[in-house]
Formats: sequence, C-alpha cells, structure tokens
Amino acid sequence: MIKKISIFEVAYKSLLRKKTRSILTILGIGMAAWVLVSLFGFNRGYEASLNKDIDNLGFQMLVVAKGCPYEAATLMLKGGTGLKYMDESIASQVAGEPEVEGVTPMLMQVVFDPNKGESGGLAAFLGVDPVSFPKMKSALPFKAGGWFSQPEAAEAVFGYEVAELEQREVGDPYLIPEKEVEVKVVGILERTGTQDDGTIFLPIKTVQKIFGVKELTSIGIKVKKDADMKAFEDKMYKLPDVQVVSLSQVKTTILTLVSTARVMVFSIALIAILIAMMGVVNTVLMSVMERRQEIGILKSMGAMAGDIFKLVWLETIILCVGGGLVGTGLALITARLTDVLVRNLLPYSPSGGLVAIDLGLVLMTLAVVTAIGLASGIYPSWKAARMRPLDTIRSEVDS
Amino acid sequence: MSAPVRYSIEAENLTRVYRRGPEEIAAVDDISLKVEKGSFISIVGPSGSGKTTLINVLGCLDNPSSGKLSLEGRVVFEDSKGLTEAKLTRIRRDVFGYIFQKFYLVSTLTVLENVVLPFTFFKKPGADDDVGRVLKMLGIDKRADHLPGQLSGGEMQRVAIARALVNKPGILLADEPTGNLDTARSEEIGLILKELNAREGLTIILVTHNPRLAALADRTIELRDGKIHTA
Repeated sequence: MIKKISIFEVAYKSLLRKKTRSILTILGIGMAAWVLVSLFGFNRGYEASLNKDIDNLGFQMLVVAKGCPYEAATLMLKGGTGLKYMDESIASQVAGEPEVEGVTPMLMQVVFDPNKGESGGLAAFLGVDPVSFPKMKSALPFKAGGWFSQPEAAEAVFGYEVAELEQREVGDPYLIPEKEVEVKVVGILERTGTQDDGTIFLPIKTVQKIFGVKELTSIGIKVKKDADMKAFEDKMYKLPDVQVVSLSQVKTTILTLVSTARVMVFSIALIAILIAMMGVVNTVLMSVMERRQEIGILKSMGAMAGDIFKLVWLETIILCVGGGLVGTGLALITARLTDVLVRNLLPYSPSGGLVAIDLGLVLMTLAVVTAIGLASGIYPSWKAARMRPLDTIRSEVDS
Repeated sequence: MSAPVRYSIEAENLTRVYRRGPEEIAAVDDISLKVEKGSFISIVGPSGSGKTTLINVLGCLDNPSSGKLSLEGRVVFEDSKGLTEAKLTRIRRDVFGYIFQKFYLVSTLTVLENVVLPFTFFKKPGADDDVGRVLKMLGIDKRADHLPGQLSGGEMQRVAIARALVNKPGILLADEPTGNLDTARSEEIGLILKELNAREGLTIILVTHNPRLAALADRTIELRDGKIHTA
C-alpha cells in the first residue's frame, strides 16, 4: 500500500483532469519548440555544410588569369573558349607570401568530344600538381584507386559523373579527344556535388605537354589560419594581370543572403514562443481558478503557500517539458522534409545536410522551453499560493 | 511532566466583525465556550447565525477580530493582531482535521491517493502507519484503488473523513458534512462521527442543519445573530 504521493504525481494527475486542454497546450509549446529546433538545426547545418563545401575545395582563394573563367561551368557555357593564361612564376611569387600555407598551380583545358552525348560535348581537363593538389584537397574521397604515380605520368583521375558517363573503371584506358593521346584511369572520385564531379584530372605537366601550353590558368591558395584575409586579398589584387576569387567572400555573401531569411524566421519563432507562453499562462491560470476550492482544502490540510506554488509551477513545467519533447521529436522526424523545403526556398544550398540536430541542440531547446515554463508559471503559481482557504471554501459553506 | 489538557478549545469573548461598506457586522459576537477534550459538540442555528464563521475562527481558517483562543492548552490568539497565513497553516496541520459539505476529492487520484494526499505536504511522525486501519474503520479499504467518480456520495464523504484523519488531528471540524447526502447516507456519516468520538476519543465539532445529526452530539450549541442562544 502506498504511503505517500509525490508532489510531482499530484501535479501530473491534476493535468489529466482536463486532458484535451493539457494536450492542446503541450501541442502549442511543441510547435514552438519544433520551429526552434529546426531553426537552430538549420543555422548549424547550413553553415557547417557551407564550410565543408569550401573546405572540400581545399583552398580559400583562387588567383586566375585576368578574364579567364574560373569555373568549369562558365567555361562550358562559353563553348570552351576564352581561356587566359598566367606565367608559372606567379605561383612561386604567391607561395613566398608570409600569409600563405600552400599553393597549387592548375591548368584547365577543354576539348570537343564527339562521342559525348548524342551530338558530342565538351570535356574538361584539369592539370594539377600531383604533390600539392592531393595534399590541399585531402578531403576528396576516392570511390576507387588513387592519385597519379609520377609527376608526368599518362594517368587520369575521373570525377564521379565523368566516370559514369564514360563508363570507365580503374585500369581502363582513355583517349583524349582531338589529341589522340591515351591515358590510364588510376582513380575515380566519389560524388562531391561540386564541379569536380565533371572533371578529368591529369598531372599538370602531362596537360602542359599534351596541349602544348607552358602557363597556368589558376592557382589555388591555402591561407594560414591566423592570417588577415582582407589584407592578403588586397595584396593579391595588386598582382598584375590576375583576378582574385576569395571563397571567404563568396561564403560571406551567401551567409548574408541566408541570414536575412534567418532573421525573419527567428522573428516568427519568437512570436510562436510568446504565443505558446501566453497559452501556458492561460491554461494554468484557468486550472488554478477552477480548482480554488481544492487549493483551499490543500491549505486546510497543511499545505503551505510554498507547497502550492511548487505544485502549480510543476504543472507548468510538465506542460512545457512535454511540449519540448514533442517539438524536438517532431523536428527530428521531419528534419529531412525541412531540408527539402528549405532547399527549395534558398537562393543557394550547399551539398551537405541543411538541418543538423544533435543532442546538444535537443538539450538546449529543452532548457529553453523549461525556462519558458518557469517564467510563465510564476504568475499563476503566485496567484494560487496567495489563496486563503477561508476565501475559497466560504462561498460553498457560508451559513 | 505537564498536567493533561482538559479542554481542546477554550474561547473567551471571541468576536469576528466583517465590514460591509460603512456597516460593521459581528458574525461572531463575544462568544465564550469551552470544548472538553474528547467531546462531541454540535452547532446549530438558522442560516446567517454565524455557525460557519464560528467554526472558521475556532478552526484557525480565519482570525478573530478580538478575544482569546486556546487550542489544546496553548494560547494561539489573544490580542487583536491577526496571525499570518503561514502561522494559521501550522496550527491547522498540528491540531485540526476538516470535512465539508462538498467532498473536494481530486478526481484523478484514487481513493488511497486522496487519503494520503496530506502527507505530500505534511506528515506527523508515524501517521502513515495508520492509513490501512483508518480505511478499514471507514469501510473504504476495498475501494482504495477506485477513482472518486466510481464512488457513491456517502463513500466519497468517508474518503474525505479518512483524509481528515490520517494526520491524527486532535479536533475534527465538520461543516455540514451531510448537506449533499440523502437521509440514509446522512445517518451513516453521523454514526461514523459518533463512533470516531467514542472509540478514538476524537474531539468533534459539527455544524449542521440536521436535528437528527445534531442529536448525536454530547452537547448542542445554538447560535442566533452571532451569539450563543442555548448552551
């Protein structure tokens, strides 16, 4: 036989009296928590994915010959024309700057491949340094094989999509269109969601030899972590006949675009939280007013004002924590859906997951809703604690 | 060793005045009475005669305006300065058990949970050992796991009585405890109160309109206009 009922049980069972009202209140808080978790999850996920995309590029800055398209896609749009070159000495000049951790020279070439698609298409070749490029792009995952065996080897690494399109596997030969030079496929990359997927990588010296070009089209630069990016960028702008593409600029621009949308959604979340808070205050206050006589009886049987405060406060916290659990659960279940919806709304989305919900975020949200519970419970609890048994019971028994 | 206390309640010139606009109404007007320990007293009188106000003041649910009040040999009120709600609560939980016309059971708690509810806030040493006996004595031990909605009115009032008794009060205050019950159930509750008084030696003060119930008491006090009419 039980000998005591805990104050938590009393609070919990009091909420069962008006189940529908309690459930609706929990759902209200749950919706606010859902928005909150999804938002914070998006906030973290988007930035992490963007950083990952940029880290996957391996360098934070690209120095390109003035007027040269620096993206393969742009180059394709221009029909493979318009390539501009810069001298190889610029690479060593840049490498000598104190802010630079490493550089990797690149040479892009494009040829028409009559066997590509139905009526032919362009094939992009990127000549890379077999030492510095793999080091800088260490995050590039291989599906099969690896990088080149020699600096001037007749070997190629295929991006994921090229390998699929050409139906090549490691060890297969590949004939470079127009040049009629055969190279051996030594590696196939995993899908990265970047332009690397459509690129055929060759040792830079091999590309220079095959295409008869001695210069470079671009230089990838990895800047030291503690370097002043802005000052270094300004220094690079001073180099003659080159243009500077800073990925930190790109990142800032994207994050600025996204943050505008984020501020708006945060405002909506704040309003949702305030509405949920009002709902909680209303529910608990109504419950207190309906139970005036019962509270009077509890006081007549020995409950002090502090006990009643604690009881009503606990009811509020149970509602809020319940709502928090429902909300975080919903956010976890619908994270994928949120990802798809947000992806459709944003001007640019990185390749990774946009909504990152982890234990820390779940705990933080629960802490926020508990704090909301604590705050919204103060007034109803204080009101209940102040009730005098005489005032609550008198109306029933006055004679 | 102190002498055994003879009176549960000693009231001297107890007065409770209410203000209604400019008018002052003495709901309890200069009442003096002594309630012997272990006695059963009924308070009767017409509506508005001050029965409930008197029981509220005696039971420390309210402060008197003036007079002196001693409970179980201890003076709790003797000047016109009222006690704080916290002090009144401490006295209440030490001395009294209350039952009212309405049962005020928590609908989502079982009979047993309702009965032990006072322990959530305050428990006299060893009080929880007696719960089973109290349930059995009131004939609700078989209904311990039922919810109040599954009980009859008489059973619900018995649960309320059990809840009032679990903390071993010295005095049980019953304010119209049969007001919501039919004649048969009223008599049943009356006999329970009589037996509690006889077997447990509990001091009982009963406010009622029911003459048959009042007749069960050792002494009946009739109130009229806030004063004792017959003692």
